[in-house]
Amino acid sequence: MMFLKYAVYRFITMLITLWVVSIMIFVIINLPPGDYLSNQIAELRATGQAEGVAKAEFLRTEYALDRPIWEQYLIWVGMAPGPQGWYGLIQGNFGWSFEFDRPVSEIVGDALWLTVLVNLAAVLFVYLVALPLGVIAAAKSETWIDYTAAFVGYLGLATPNFLLALMLFYYGNKYFDLPIGGLMSPEFEGEPMSFDKVKSILVHLIVPTFVIGTSGAAAMMQRLRANMLDELSKPYVETAKAKGLAPSKLLAKYPLRMAFNPFVADIGNLLPAMVSGSVLVSVVLGLQTIGPSLLTALKSQDQFLAGFILMFVALLTLIGTMISDLLLVLLDPRIRYGARGS
Amino acid sequence: MTPLLDVQDLSIGFGSGDPVVRDVSFQVMPGETLALVGESGSGKTITCRAVLRILPEAARIHGGTIDFNCNGKVINLMDRSERVMRSIRGDQISMIFQEPMRSLSPLHRLGDQVSEVLRLHRDMRASECKKIVLDTFERVGFPDPSRVWKAYPFEMSGGMRQRAMIAMAMVAKPDLLIADEPTTALDVTTQAQVLGLIKDLQKETGMSVILVTHDLGVVANMAESVLVMNKGRVMERGPAAAVLGAPAHGYTKKLFAAAPMIPEVAAPAREGSHDDLILDLRNVTKTYTMRAGGWSKPVTITACHEVDLPLQRGKTLAVVGESGSGKTTCARIALGAEIPDSGSEVLFRPSPGAKPVCINAMSASERVAFQRQAQMVFQDPYSSLSPRMRVQQALTEPMEIHNLGTKADRKEKAAEMLRWVGLDASMLGRFPHAFSGGQRQRLSIARALTLDPVLLVCDEPTSALDVSVQEQILTLLEDIRDRAGLSYLFISHDLAVVARIADEVAVMRQGVVVEQAPPDTLFYNPRHPYTRALIAAQPEPDVNRPIDLGLVAKGAGLPSSWPEQFRFEGVAAPALKELEPGHKVRCHV
Repeated sequence: MMFLKYAVYRFITMLITLWVVSIMIFVIINLPPGDYLSNQIAELRATGQAEGVAKAEFLRTEYALDRPIWEQYLIWVGMAPGPQGWYGLIQGNFGWSFEFDRPVSEIVGDALWLTVLVNLAAVLFVYLVALPLGVIAAAKSETWIDYTAAFVGYLGLATPNFLLALMLFYYGNKYFDLPIGGLMSPEFEGEPMSFDKVKSILVHLIVPTFVIGTSGAAAMMQRLRANMLDELSKPYVETAKAKGLAPSKLLAKYPLRMAFNPFVADIGNLLPAMVSGSVLVSVVLGLQTIGPSLLTALKSQDQFLAGFILMFVALLTLIGTMISDLLLVLLDPRIRYGARGS
Repeated sequence: MTPLLDVQDLSIGFGSGDPVVRDVSFQVMPGETLALVGESGSGKTITCRAVLRILPEAARIHGGTIDFNCNGKVINLMDRSERVMRSIRGDQISMIFQEPMRSLSPLHRLGDQVSEVLRLHRDMRASECKKIVLDTFERVGFPDPSRVWKAYPFEMSGGMRQRAMIAMAMVAKPDLLIADEPTTALDVTTQAQVLGLIKDLQKETGMSVILVTHDLGVVANMAESVLVMNKGRVMERGPAAAVLGAPAHGYTKKLFAAAPMIPEVAAPAREGSHDDLILDLRNVTKTYTMRAGGWSKPVTITACHEVDLPLQRGKTLAVVGESGSGKTTCARIALGAEIPDSGSEVLFRPSPGAKPVCINAMSASERVAFQRQAQMVFQDPYSSLSPRMRVQQALTEPMEIHNLGTKADRKEKAAEMLRWVGLDASMLGRFPHAFSGGQRQRLSIARALTLDPVLLVCDEPTSALDVSVQEQILTLLEDIRDRAGLSYLFISHDLAVVARIADEVAVMRQGVVVEQAPPDTLFYNPRHPYTRALIAAQPEPDVNRPIDLGLVAKGAGLPSSWPEQFRFEGVAAPALKELEPGHKVRCHV
């Protein structure tokens, strides 16, 4: 009951945060002078193509770019009627991309889900790798296992992602016949979901997951190891020992539970770091995620496209932090009861 | 009779260094309580942990035997496998640790943590386990065992947690209980009750106890035989009555001399003028509002309530109380570090006849001047000195902040203050980690003195120190007070320490002063049941004067359980009445 109340409370704060974020995104996108269409009109005038100007002028009024910025914002979000009536983000209209001359929803469509898929796979990879390695490194601290894990970890942190990607593609293709680039074989693109398509996507996911997840996993592993080492010297570990608990059970039941908090709290931070960190990787690997579209949209001031992608990333982040907050409440009674002290 | 535990020539060291425990031998008879007594660094904790073989990883046992009578079969615990040791730990030999908060996992319910012992060592169904655990909870004095089963450690007070810890150690009915400073982190009244509980349980089950402690008073109340250790060696051993009655070894004698005691016969108070107050707390109330987060209503907590504390110039006013009594809040308010609620008044007169400064409403310039005149000595000398600053830096920093003197002047002053506190000026270049706990406390006293203050607030200045060091620091504080004409506001939980240094004592309980008098009056004729409980709970190093648990129980409970004259409900405490000149008690008369 208390948990439900907290979940509702947390959800409402998330919505409020999302609203504030939407204002910030809109303001920041509009900070550079001009917009996509005014830039285009200026260019058309300079090159003497008068017929295009009329169309661009029409689009400017159509998308309310000639109105004051606060009005533009309200229309974009859907909190005020625009030229097409009440039709903004809230009503499910993601806007128009001037650069691609198509609705934003059409451009991001599949890429949205592929982005979520790639990044979820990477997050899963981070946790699956970091958890056992971090625990083992802490339990066997200052032995060769610890040193090897630390070395591999630092290597993962220090190697530039795209370099790792290129290397993995080359060797993966040479020895394991892994496909190069893309998220599925070209013949499945635009096809409906089928068993073969899923298989193709999974095979294509291997290298990107590894590339995007490595540095995160290395950092997470080091953090978990440090937390575990802190916990291992706490008196309650000694108490458990004095009870006659075997080392492996002891490790899993007491210190790991305690060291888990920062681990869980990181979910929220991990998602945005990966989405933005994977932009470069997506470009290099030719992944059809929203990363490359975001890059183009920002460069050409394609404001609705950029705004929508940024909102999407913000939403992912907020959902991530909400999930980790809720998990923490479930995991840690001290937070649940609002108690102080440790 | 075969001893339950027979330790012979035990030597333990860290790495390749000198052994920290050397040739220690002792025996524990069935049903007997052995006290391992010593100050920090004496090796008593390492010795008792060696019995269970739960030493820190770097520790190496160099030699010796630990024979344990395991159900009639004597085995040497030193050469048993980890597997055998695990089956003994928690089952035949169990252990209680010093800090009940940190020794219990905050994330697991108490029922889970306690029943784990049975799940490990007994082959029984969950329902049977639970029944035994609930019985044990009841046995250690929990009124509602099934609530405790579901509770988390942080929901309970320190004493209750230690009871849970004892339940955990007792649930498998061990033959030997090792208690490592089981009451050091607890308030005196709680300590008395926990010690009483251990004794009762021992009588009932016939187990043996190894009690590790630094407190001779605890030894006198609990132990049949005593082993005094210093720097890893056994100094003296024997029956408690003999060792405590007529200590033979010099070190034991020294421990006795240093142990603070509540004097039995009152010494006459020093005369002083009664109208020159350097500090005057009048009607001070402080409440905190805690927001619980979410939509819950904020909770108001009263830290202190209508407290009046007058401090005479050149005297020591001691505020005594257990944890949560509001004594530290009073100290912080006296220093202007905390603003009391409206209606409160804190007056400070830097010199006799000067216009008083109102500390709760100072201007910025008044505050700077006040901070020069009033300084603080903190409880923990380990964390109150920055490990990254040399002694000279730490001592000259206050003068730099107040822009006093030239660089050379400051250095000279720092050197002079070091000599005052009994350290050498050549130590100015060292870092704090090169000093022992007592020396560090001297440093922080020296730091407080560099600004030539007139008022010193000492917040438990000796409670982190060993008894023999505590004795030295108290002597130093007395010397300095008389030499520099200082006035002290002295915060402590220890009546015996206060008995020695204070000119006036205020006993606080949960935010209110219950009794206030000069120490001789207070100890000669304590009126309030809580004061009586505090005095009775103070363990005396004399086997013939055990703690009177009845007297403790009478005053340590809720105000509603006090005798009618003192009884009250909630916050409706009666007013302080002056029963005789200088002796105020909170009672209905």
